[in-house]
Amino acid sequence: MAAPAAAQTEDPGSTSTTVGAAPDPSAGAVRGRLLDLKETDASEDDVPVPGVRITVEDSDGQEAGTAETDSGGLFRIPLPGEGTYTAKLDEDSLPDGVSVADDEIEFTLGPGQSRTLLFALNAPNRRTEGKVDLFLQSLVDGTYFGLLLALASVGLSLIYGTTGLVNFAHGELVTMGAIFAFWFNQTLGWPLILSGVLAVLATGAVGWLLDAAFWGPLRRRGTGNTALMVISIGVALAVLNLYLYVFGGRTRPYADYRAQPAIDFGTVSLPPKRIIGALLCLFFLVAVATALQRTRTGKAMRAISDSRDLAASSGINVDRVIRFVWLFGAGLAALGGILFSLSQDVNFEQGSSMLLLLFAAITLGGLGAAYGALIGGFVIGLFVSVSAVWVPTELKNVGALVVLILVLLVRPQGILGARERIG
Amino acid sequence: MDWGLIFRSTGQAAIGPDACYYALAAAGLNVHIGYTGLLNFGQAAFGAAGAYGLAVAVVTYGVSFWAALFIGLLVSIVLALVLGFPTLRLRTDYLAIVTLAAAEIIRLVVRSVRYTATLGGTDGLQAFGDAFFRLNPFDGGSYTPLEFRPDQVWLLVCAWPLVVVVLLVTFLLMRSPWGRVVKAIREDEDAVRSLGKNTYWYKMQSLMLGGVFGALAGIVFAMSKQSVNPDDYGTRFTFTAVAVMILGGTARVVGPVVGSVIFIGVLQFLDVFLRQAIDAGLIPGWVPIDVNKVAIIRLIFVGATLVLLMIYRPQGILGDRREVAIRDR
Amino acid sequence: MTVDAPPSWATTIPHEPGVAKPDPILVVDGVNRRFGGLLAVDVGHLEVQRGAITALIGPNGAGKTTLFNLLTGFDNPDSGSWRFAERDLSGVPAHRVAHHGMVRTFQLTKSLALLTVMENMKLGATRQRGERFWGALLRPLWRGQEKEIEERADALLERFKLSHVRDEFAGALSGGQRKLLEMARALMVQPELVMLDEPMAGVNPALKQSLLSHVKQLRTEGMTVLFVEHDMDVVYDISDWVVVLAQGRVIAEGPPAAIGANPKVIDAYLGTHFAEGGGEALGELGPDERLEVDQVGLGEPLTPGGAADA
Ligand SMILES: Nc1ncnc2c1ncn2[C@@H]1O[C@H](COP(=O)(O)OP(=O)(O)O)[C@@H](O)[C@H]1O
Ligand SMILES: [Mg+2]
Repeated sequence: MAAPAAAQTEDPGSTSTTVGAAPDPSAGAVRGRLLDLKETDASEDDVPVPGVRITVEDSDGQEAGTAETDSGGLFRIPLPGEGTYTAKLDEDSLPDGVSVADDEIEFTLGPGQSRTLLFALNAPNRRTEGKVDLFLQSLVDGTYFGLLLALASVGLSLIYGTTGLVNFAHGELVTMGAIFAFWFNQTLGWPLILSGVLAVLATGAVGWLLDAAFWGPLRRRGTGNTALMVISIGVALAVLNLYLYVFGGRTRPYADYRAQPAIDFGTVSLPPKRIIGALLCLFFLVAVATALQRTRTGKAMRAISDSRDLAASSGINVDRVIRFVWLFGAGLAALGGILFSLSQDVNFEQGSSMLLLLFAAITLGGLGAAYGALIGGFVIGLFVSVSAVWVPTELKNVGALVVLILVLLVRPQGILGARERIG
Repeated sequence: MDWGLIFRSTGQAAIGPDACYYALAAAGLNVHIGYTGLLNFGQAAFGAAGAYGLAVAVVTYGVSFWAALFIGLLVSIVLALVLGFPTLRLRTDYLAIVTLAAAEIIRLVVRSVRYTATLGGTDGLQAFGDAFFRLNPFDGGSYTPLEFRPDQVWLLVCAWPLVVVVLLVTFLLMRSPWGRVVKAIREDEDAVRSLGKNTYWYKMQSLMLGGVFGALAGIVFAMSKQSVNPDDYGTRFTFTAVAVMILGGTARVVGPVVGSVIFIGVLQFLDVFLRQAIDAGLIPGWVPIDVNKVAIIRLIFVGATLVLLMIYRPQGILGDRREVAIRDR
Repeated sequence: MTVDAPPSWATTIPHEPGVAKPDPILVVDGVNRRFGGLLAVDVGHLEVQRGAITALIGPNGAGKTTLFNLLTGFDNPDSGSWRFAERDLSGVPAHRVAHHGMVRTFQLTKSLALLTVMENMKLGATRQRGERFWGALLRPLWRGQEKEIEERADALLERFKLSHVRDEFAGALSGGQRKLLEMARALMVQPELVMLDEPMAGVNPALKQSLLSHVKQLRTEGMTVLFVEHDMDVVYDISDWVVVLAQGRVIAEGPPAAIGANPKVIDAYLGTHFAEGGGEALGELGPDERLEVDQVGLGEPLTPGGAADA
């Protein structure tokens, strides 16, 4: 991260909310989060700095409010109203080894406004690693993220291919997996591995049910593809906010494998859970590819993607195959969500903030092209992560989306997609 | 329960700034989606173009408010050209995804730390509308049973006629041969090309027109808040406008206004009603609800409305079921 | 059914692929189009006689539609050029092609469902003042022209027996009526050459007869017609000249009577059906194209005599 943003908002800015969630109700305040960013770019290495005193004075030098950062490094200071203020960070309350570049920030507040303050902690320590090391690390991180995206986007692509639905609510299936696993693991206290397996099964079942009770009947009514797309947006919006309602806005970790020490491989370091997660992804991706190639249902899925009417007229039970697409697609999305949360913790909008990247992945691959999603997902994941070496973290998704637009400029049908016929 | 407050607040929202700018945003989408068949899910970007064009010109570059208004509209036209150039050749579904992505790109860039000095970052920009509010002839008296602040009254008195103009332009265009071409493109672009129309350029014109409407929406939004913030122009903005457009009736001239007044009114009703009901203890204790969660319920409601509308009344309030049936054939 | 005598030029020039016509309106040279490994169109030289009705026939997948797409700017060839009315039209975008006087219809009817029949027709008129953005806002600018266009459209609708559905949505018409509408709409452009891609497919026999007479009428009015057709009865009935396309190449040309007897043509039709006629070849076609295969059928008579008996 090039910018001296040692204190971050609760929403790290780099993620994009695809379907909007309700805004923070708090107003008329300043807030922020003090994080010691250590020396890596991986946000999971950031350490919150608790117990630091921050005082706000108004333009007359009168104290307007004060607070200490909590265990999460968060502070929030309610202020009386509009005006010009100065926030001061008490350097003596900083722990040893942590320094602040500028301990005073002047800011203005509009009526009812709430602002975020950025104190630059340990800014001089940042960027001690060379570009090459950063690049290698981001290559490794990107591989993991790419595998995840590939996994999560298979369902999105197959659902589009077989039913024509551009499902804006696919990200919610990703989140569902993570939340189910969280619930089994944290609330019911089951081991994470068991919780993960159950969450994948449960989300798969939800996918199955969604098709049986919702999308299937709509399809049979002859609802147009655009209408289906708009419906999926509504579903996404409703479900996302339902998650926010039930799960809350905080990011919460699983009980197990929380702070795994990273194994050092020379310039690159990785916690074991990520190695295992990557292997798991790889296993499932190979399994998906093989299943599409070899099994009856898999072949039928590809056949329907190619031409639905033709497949139907050659005796394939299209509805049954589509049901399986939903079952597996949702299950894989859930798995992607759980593996993502293993390193980034659980958040109600993790899936929806991933949605555009998923779209980018399947669009790159060619909408509906069965293997396109695998390739597209991997490329996008890698790209997002590697581009963060050069562009600010908060803009790393921008790069991927720009690439998406550029590719479509050259090949409007995507990398693996077939051209539309005219006439 | 204070029913007087509930109804006053509902009425106020129904003709207030929110209803006004959502009507404008939906009118733009109506040109794009309803008439031309361009599935633009990046309307928020046009709103941002208008609002930021105005705010940045005034706050960062010291341009006068009135010139800045035109800059806002100009930015939205440039945005339409830049966005349309690569995307207008794409199939509908790609177009939807790409416009959504483009709007997100813009939002992320605007809120980034790197450009804070120019664009204001996550805190946005304030104090750009003084020149407008200085002309406010209204003083504080109560003009209606509804309680708007004087500067709000002034804004509304200027903004609603703007909505009327926008609808009038839409009406004039859509009954003309130009409108015929654009509607024909919605039905089948290749057929129109074979008849000698440059469909690409018509789509571009439509994108610009609807984009300017979107920019006006962004400007009214910014003026009503007297602040621009990047996250106001996220997908929530676009999708609410889509809901408003569908509710009013796709490809109906006055649909956006009808949809907006009703939708924003109902949202507000729900909001105040729930708050009152919670305060009055009317909701049984086992229901997990508190006042802080009302905003979330509003959005669940927006989503549910979209779903139910599309399933049970895709033609909206003013549309004709028969047309929907013909389209789905 | 009376078969008109072929025009004199058709009997005097040689009956071979690529033969030069006395007064060509369209001249195609070396046009190639590949889809992956498949050479869909590979036309060495082809001329279309002005003022005549030329039929383009060939088995499914022969490349007829692709050739139409290329000539009208809906697709770009890998190589080749063509001249229309002495103007080089290669690389000209589709909408400009129409302005040069060349209009095509589509195999799958493209009626504009939520426009009325009349609106469909008016759309066909070119150079409308009201189609410009700023002009559109000022009705007085285009009201007069609109009226003229409407009169012209009404006359055509009358001719195509669509007057009674004038104000219906095009989407509410029957399939055959939509075919009629699409043809009438193309005529609103006032073209020199009309290219009809399977205008009779899916049209009931009664309508078919009236369509046929419309096409002949166009010739009387001095228009040139190039049309794709599978029904050999129709081809014999109205065309002056027949071009046979197989696997992208022109394999035969000649007046209708000479074509049915050409062994290459019989080979082309039968060959594709027997040699590649299995599920695989079908698998590459769209569903609509599969229907055509059934329509053509193997028993389709290729001689005028057979047609009369059938
Ligand atoms: N867009 C396309 N992509 C790939 N192959 C195509 C495309 N369009 C046509 N083809 C192939 O080109 C060949 C010619 O098709 P077409 O011109 O439609 O034949 P016809 O109209 O004579 O039946 C067919 O084999 C068809 O499958
Ligand atoms: Mg064809």
